[in-house]
Amino acid sequence: MAQYISKYDIIVIGSGLAGMTAANTLAKSGHKVLLLEKHHKLGGLATWFRRQGGYVFDVSLHGFPVGMIKSCRRYWNAPIADRIVPLPRIVFDNPQFTLTTSFNREDFTRLLTQKFHLAEETVVEFFDTARAMSHTGDASMTTQQLFDRFFPGREDVIRLLMEPITYANGSTLEDPALTYGIVFSNFMSKGVYTFEGGTDLLIRLMQEELERNGVDIKVSADVTGISVENGEVRGVQTGKDLIRAKAVVSNTNLKGTIFHLVGREHFTPRFIETAEAVRLNNSSTQVYMGLKPGESINEDVCGDLLFCSAAPAFRTEMLLSRQITSRTFSFYYPKTRPGTENYAVVSSTNANYSDWADLPEAEYKASKEALIEDTLNALEKYVPGIRGKIGWLEAATPCTFQDYTSHWNGASFGTKYEGLAVSRELPEQIQGLFHTGSVGIIMSGWLGAVNYGFIVANNVDAFMLDQKGKN
Amino acid sequence: MTNEEIRQAVIDILSDISPEEDLENLDDNTPFRDQLSLDSMDVMDIILELRKRYRVNIPEEDYGKLDTMTNTVAYLEPSLKEM
Ligand SMILES: Cc1cc2nc3c(=O)[nH]c(=O)nc-3n(C[C@H](O)[C@H](O)[C@H](O)COP(=O)(O)OP(=O)(O)OC[C@H]3O[C@@H](n4cnc5c(N)ncnc54)[C@H](O)[C@@H]3O)c2cc1C
Repeated sequence: MAQYISKYDIIVIGSGLAGMTAANTLAKSGHKVLLLEKHHKLGGLATWFRRQGGYVFDVSLHGFPVGMIKSCRRYWNAPIADRIVPLPRIVFDNPQFTLTTSFNREDFTRLLTQKFHLAEETVVEFFDTARAMSHTGDASMTTQQLFDRFFPGREDVIRLLMEPITYANGSTLEDPALTYGIVFSNFMSKGVYTFEGGTDLLIRLMQEELERNGVDIKVSADVTGISVENGEVRGVQTGKDLIRAKAVVSNTNLKGTIFHLVGREHFTPRFIETAEAVRLNNSSTQVYMGLKPGESINEDVCGDLLFCSAAPAFRTEMLLSRQITSRTFSFYYPKTRPGTENYAVVSSTNANYSDWADLPEAEYKASKEALIEDTLNALEKYVPGIRGKIGWLEAATPCTFQDYTSHWNGASFGTKYEGLAVSRELPEQIQGLFHTGSVGIIMSGWLGAVNYGFIVANNVDAFMLDQKGKN
Repeated sequence: MTNEEIRQAVIDILSDISPEEDLENLDDNTPFRDQLSLDSMDVMDIILELRKRYRVNIPEEDYGKLDTMTNTVAYLEPSLKEM
């Protein structure tokens, strides 16, 4: 029998934003917490990388809702919250319309009434309906049905309202309307925000706060199993070590937690059936472009975020295909990292894992080259002469994301809506086992992950108090 | 704790969570959400603080019972009166 080498109240597997927030909240509540991360750095998908020549790229810092300020102030600290700043210029350019917006309710109301000529009361009612949606509401209406009710036949309006949200969390017109309503309303409350100083600074500040609160952090620690006896969690396996804990919070992919780390034999057949049916969200491709020193980007033309597309209309399946013409450009100016002169562009598209994973090596390479070429061609319109200005250029595919995070199929935004119920039910199946992290669309993205980390920490804390009462 | 002390304990938590809120004029019989800008994350925060400070464990299905100050004090009374 393996030996337990040390004992914790709680072990958190994975240091994504949800795992870190859970670890921090629990440590602040007085528990002894161990955070295990398989990479050498914390953050999960909230990550960045540096390249020779001073280039630095953020992977998932394209924008999040204003709610992040409050969540960071409460679950982290004021210096983190104080660095969250608005991204004022969101640009759309497609065959149906071209416009610039601050992406909040006020400006969208102006656009929808003046530019798209909708009746003011329809717009007001739409916003109010979206805002009233909650995760306890009726999930049978789809987003398509929601749009059909308010804006029948208006593909242009649907595109304006849907395209950014699809990029934000992979949701589609076929998903429950409440997932749309919640995320859309979060953004519309004040627009899009970013973290000044870049992802590297955010994660460093979070790590310092975790250490201040007494969280033990171990990086390069790949957890290979969660040990369960008699329906109760006992600890986790990493390398040759078995580390004991009263509760385990898994921030790895929901399916990975159930089927790889625990094993299906520990769950009821009904639960396994439900868990198997959970659909994963799509993956992504990205192209990272760093501008040579001295080169710059025209902020007035490009804005902070640019949703551009040559497709005549918005279609979910087209947004995922490799023949995609729709992409989001994130422009990073020196203001992103004050004190530097860095200009960078990150282009993102949503993508299907299977379209990339099944390719023979030569074809995979060629597809990656084509992705880069198509991206540069599209960017030329907004940054003339882009090819000559670039000092660093590389691409990531769904295979890259899968390798990095171990998320099944390289899922960028967790699971579809049904995953949330499975995640919530885990502790009823195995005492002391919890899952947190991008799940169910509404709990994904930076804000969703942070909030869900806090929600789950709250459940773990209640569980720990219950256990104490029993002893 | 007396009911007045329980009420004050809840006020203290609310003012930590939402320092900008006017709690002096709180109406005890009107739902918090109708007079304060509390969202569902704030409610979760109140629950966590109650557990941290007074070791009262409130099951998730009871969160809805903490809608007004009067109802919250009544809910907490059995657990806190011995403290
Ligand atoms: C290309 C892209 C762009 C995005 N852009 C945005 C954006 O602009 N705004 C936004 O809000 N969101 C964005 N997102 C989504 C957002 O980044 C994620 O929803 C969020 O960061 C996920 O956090 P998480 O806590 O779920 O965990 P993850 O970030 O997935 O982290 C899980 C962690 O667990 C670790 N781990 C996994 N298995 C093990 C194991 N067995 N042992 C130890 N450790 C393990 C992983 O290494 C990882 O660190 C984007 C995502 C992608 C892919």
